[in-house]
Parts: sequence; C-alpha cells; structure tokens
Amino acid sequence: MAEISTLEAKSKSAKQGKYSKETYLGWYETMLRIRRFEERTLLAYSQQKIRGFCHVYIGQEAIAAGMASALTPQDGVVTGYRQHGIAITRGISSRSAMAELFGKVTGCVKGKGGSMHFFSAEHKFFGGNGIVGAQIPIGTGIAFAEKYKGTTNLCVTMFGDGAARQGALFEAFNMAMTWKIPVLYIVENNKYAMGTSVERTSNVHQLSKIGLAFDMPSESVDGMSPETVHEAIERAAKHIRAGNGPYFLEINTYRYKGHSVSDPGKYRSKEELENYQDQDPVKMTEKKILTNKIATEAEIEAIKAKIEAEMDDAVQFAEESPLPTADLLFEANYVQEDYPFMMD
Amino acid sequence: MSRIITLRDALREAMTEEMRKDANIFLMGEEVAQYDGAYKVSKGMLDEFGPNRVIDTPIAELGFAGIGVGAAMNGLRPIVEFMTWNFAVLAFDQIVNNAAKTVSQSGGEFRCPIVFRGPSGSAGQLAQQHSQTFESWLGNCPGLKVISCVDPYDSKGLLKSAIIDDDPVCFMESEVCYGDKGDVPEGEYYIPIGKAAVKREGSDITLVSYNKMMKVAQHAADELAKEGISAEVIDLRTIRPLDYQTLVNSVKKTNRMVVIDESWPMYGVSAEIAYEMQKYAFDYLDAPILRVNSMDTSLPYSAPYVDAYLPSVHRVVAAAKQVLYVH
Ligand SMILES: Cc1ncc(C[n+]2csc(CCOP(=O)(O)OP(=O)(O)O)c2C)c(N)n1
Ligand SMILES: [Mg+2]
Repeated sequence: MAEISTLEAKSKSAKQGKYSKETYLGWYETMLRIRRFEERTLLAYSQQKIRGFCHVYIGQEAIAAGMASALTPQDGVVTGYRQHGIAITRGISSRSAMAELFGKVTGCVKGKGGSMHFFSAEHKFFGGNGIVGAQIPIGTGIAFAEKYKGTTNLCVTMFGDGAARQGALFEAFNMAMTWKIPVLYIVENNKYAMGTSVERTSNVHQLSKIGLAFDMPSESVDGMSPETVHEAIERAAKHIRAGNGPYFLEINTYRYKGHSVSDPGKYRSKEELENYQDQDPVKMTEKKILTNKIATEAEIEAIKAKIEAEMDDAVQFAEESPLPTADLLFEANYVQEDYPFMMD
Repeated sequence: MSRIITLRDALREAMTEEMRKDANIFLMGEEVAQYDGAYKVSKGMLDEFGPNRVIDTPIAELGFAGIGVGAAMNGLRPIVEFMTWNFAVLAFDQIVNNAAKTVSQSGGEFRCPIVFRGPSGSAGQLAQQHSQTFESWLGNCPGLKVISCVDPYDSKGLLKSAIIDDDPVCFMESEVCYGDKGDVPEGEYYIPIGKAAVKREGSDITLVSYNKMMKVAQHAADELAKEGISAEVIDLRTIRPLDYQTLVNSVKKTNRMVVIDESWPMYGVSAEIAYEMQKYAFDYLDAPILRVNSMDTSLPYSAPYVDAYLPSVHRVVAAAKQVLYVH
C-alpha cells in the first residue's frame, strides 16, 4: 500500500553523530562544490563565455548531496536541463563540466551539449534532457534494462514540478508499477516551473500524491537537508533493490535564482526567497558541523580553500582549452562512421 | 499612417484585434498570461481579456493542444501558443492526427479552426533539442496550412488571416526576430495565406527563402549587387499551400534560382520548390537549382558548430555564383 509521510515526520535525523564525520563533511563539500561551480557559471555567463540557455542549481544542492551518499556508482541517473550539480556529483569533473559550458572540445560531451546536455557513460549519467518530462519514461527504460539484465541497480529519474504535469509521467508510472521496474522517481519541487507556481498548474499541490493513483510508495521530504534526502533515498533504494518496483519521492526545495539566466523572477516575493535562504543547505550544514563539533573550523576552511582552488582550476582549464573545429559537426551524429551525409 | 513596431507587437496586435471582434477566440499556452509570454508576445493581453480568454497552461503540450482541437470542433477559435515548436513535437498527435484530419474524417461534418503558433528554428547556441525547424515536417501534412514569416507587416496580416481561417493553421515565428522592427500601417489589414512576396526585384537570379533566413538572402543579394549581380529576393511567407506561380514568374525572368531554407536538406521545403520549378519552369532554367540548408546533422552547442551548420551569406553567394557560372 502506498503511503504519504510528511516532512515534519522525517526530521528525526538531527542528532549529532548519527553519521560519520566523513559523511557530514562529504555532504558539505559536495554542496559547496555545486554552489561555487554555479557561481562561477553565472559569472562566466555574464562575461559571455557561456551562451544559450543556462539553468543553475543554487538552492537545490542538498538533493545532489543526499543522493551521492545513498546511491552506488552502478546506479543510473537521468535528469532535466538543471543538471550541472547532479552531473558533477555523479562524477563528471568540474573541469570537464566547465569546459562544456564554455563550448570547448575538452568538455564532457566535446562542446556539443552545453549547459542542458551533459552525459557520461562511465558514470552512468544519462543526461541532461531539454524537453520537459522526456526523461521520465527514459529513466524508466534505463531501469527496465537493469532489471532485464538481472542487476540490483536502480535508475534515479529526476524531474521538476512543472514536468510532473506532463502526460508522459502517467504512462511511465503505470508501466513501472505494473512491471515492477527498479526506478526511483524524484520530483524536485522547487515551487515554480518558469513563472508558474505549483498551485497554478493543478489542484494537487502535494506532488507525492500523484504516485497514489498507481499505488506507488510515495513520500514528501525536506530537500534543504542532505541528511533527510539521504535517508529518504536510502529507504526508497532498499525497497527498490529488493525487487518491489518503483518509489516516488517529492523533494521540497527552492531555486534561489531565476528559472534561467534571463529570468528576473518577478513572480515571487522577496520574503519567500529569503525564507528559503534562511534554511540554506550549505549554511545550515556548516553551522551544524561547527555547533555539534563534528569538525573544526580549520577543517571547514580547508574544504573551502580546496573548492576555491578546484574552481579556479576548472575555469582556467575551460578558458585555455581549444574550441572545436567546424568539421567535428559531422562527428558523433551516427555510430556508423562512414554515414553518407547529404552534402549539397 | 505607418508606424515602426516590433514583430512581437505586430503579432500581439493581430491577436488582440481579432479577439476584440470575436469572443470565441482565446489564447492558451505556457506562460502566456501572467508572465506576458515567454517572449512577451502576449504582453498585456491578460489585462485586456481576462483569465477566461488568456489562459496559462501547465507544461502539457499534448493535452492543451488536444483541448484546443476539441474546443475548435465545438465552435471556438483557439490560438494555441507553443513556447517553441520544438515542444510542439509532443502535440503532433493532436495536430497531425486530429486537427489536420477533422474535416476529412468527419466528411465535412466538423471543422477545426485553430491556430498553433510559436517560434521555429535555431536561436543561437541552444543545442540539439531547441534548434529545429518544423516547416518541412508540417508542410508535408495535408489538412494543415503552414505559415512561416518574420517581417512585422507580413506577420500581422498573415496571423489575422490565420485566426479567421476556418482550417487549422500552423504559424511559425522566430525567437531571435521578436525584437526586429518594421513598418506596419495603422488600422486593420489582412494578407492572404498562400501568397509569396517579391521583396526585392532583380534580373539575374532568384533567391527564395522564408522566416529569418530572409535576412541571409537579403544580405547575400547585397553582396551580389556589389559584384554587379542583380538578385530577385522572394519571401515565401506561406509554406503550405505553396505559391509556386510567383516563383515560376520570377524564374521566367532570371532563369536561375537558389533556395535558402533553414530546414534540413532531405525531403523538405527546398526539395519541393526545386521539384515545382523543374516541372513548371523547366524550359526557362539555365542552370540546376541549388539549395542552401542547415547541415544534415543535429545542431550542437558550441559556436563553431553553429557557424558551420546554418546557411550563411557566404554559402548563398557561392551557390548563386555557381548557378551563374561565375567564379
Ligand atoms: C516539452 C517542453 N515544454 C516546454 C519547455 C520550456 N521549458 C523549459 S524549462 C520549463 C519549466 C520547467 O519547470 P520544472 O519542471 O518545475 O523544472 P525547474 O526548471 O523548476 O527545475 C519550461 C516550460 C521545454 N523545455 N519542454
Ligand atoms: Mg520547478
């Protein structure tokens, strides 16, 4: 039977020492890496070194962090275009991610994808999809393949609150439940799809309820704490790996910036934004580590310095890398190497 | 009296003028109301017409396109905005299987007077999924009318014709041209669907194009003029039905043609035009017709790929010289 548990019921994890020092510092480092990476991204965009559509992950980092500690490297992940943070956390280096944004051949997909389309076969990161909701059935298929091959791996299929209204979700959820496919659906409910609030897209505002129509185990959890996210994903993954089929997590979060770099975000109030910034996952985790003496200030400073240096290096690498040459346009369109393109 | 206004203003005027006259017309799409449109085409329309007639939808292209089709079958005249035509692919079932076939499969019992509109084509470094043109795809489908233009004057007159048309019309704009300005007269006017426009008279060669590639064609004509070559430039404006008569008339004069078409080369608008010309103007052609398309690949993100992919002035001039046998 499906159940809904609210985020209030899930905050038992605040005690010190529940997880190891490494885990807390790992979460902190992951979140800080994403935060700093995205800040560099915004800066480079303002300098016109990055072009096109560009959607940053600032505010949502705890989801990536909690996911990182709860999955195995063999699990697949697929998401939408707001993907830099997830991709980096799955193993794409800051260097190759930044080079991709700069459109350089050294980028994770050789400058072919840009901000919306990172991929890595090595890390089982399946994109980076620009069509809202398209990844919901695709992630289901990635998980289908794991089951078909007899592994215990799952596929995390991530999408936004806006994407949750696409018909593809309903078709995929139904087949996933019917066929007990090992897929973990995560809706990152950051409250808005471009300028449209969740409330304006449906009568159903608690997105986890959507799973109930399929008898899918479904929960709503707080996405501002890596601990809560970690625990929810661990719970879900256990259920899935045991062969019970899909699980649905609504992770409640907030994006601090506009939808993309060109959106001033006038549809929401300053107070609403500040309210979420008060619960900022990076800040709160740092505070927790220090007040509970999980690590020293010096250790936190060392992480900050390490991340800063990593970002300096990533940006320099991206700057200094070469642009692709025009002939590469014809590369990697087909697997067939001598495919006869129409060249008139 | 004439004014200089932007393409987005011209499109909005077309919609508002028609909506004032006919209460059955409504606008529906993602971000069209409270956000004033993703590209601000519908700015202020919510204020004027209210939420019953300017309707924000969830991201559910297949669903709201289908709702549009049903509403059109039952007496309304929807304008359905797609944020871009790339996302309309999700709605092709309703456009192709239903809107296009309503009259035929109901034996004329029902009609489907609907406008599907939004930007088509590349818009900078937006990568594979956000850079496609759909004129050739939809131009292939009987039952639809397809318009694709960016000139503010033409766009206003054609959109007004599309809205009052009793058949389904796919109307294609351009993200990068919404801010372009042009002369648009005060007061109402209509431009008939299915008529190309000679935008520049010339005698040596005919350049045919549509949508934002018209700019490339015009620039190429400027370049050719510097070398003493007089190019006639024709804006198709409507893709389906195709006004091949205007093209034939031009070829009778110039005897040579280059088609500039942002579509991929195979099975598209440019191929169709070349076919019509060899059929109706064979005796007037002094050289094979050449086409300049986007490359036969997906469009990747990085700038060198974009430059190599799109039709360029350089490629058009080279093609023109080839059909003129000058080097
Ligand atoms: C099928 C489709 N329709 C529309 C768009 C344009 N679009 C891009 S992102 C977006 C909003 C998506 O919001 P949400 O799913 O909540 O994700 P978030 O941006 O908040 O991460 C829209 C409408 C698109 N890319 N694909
Ligand atoms: Mg959202």
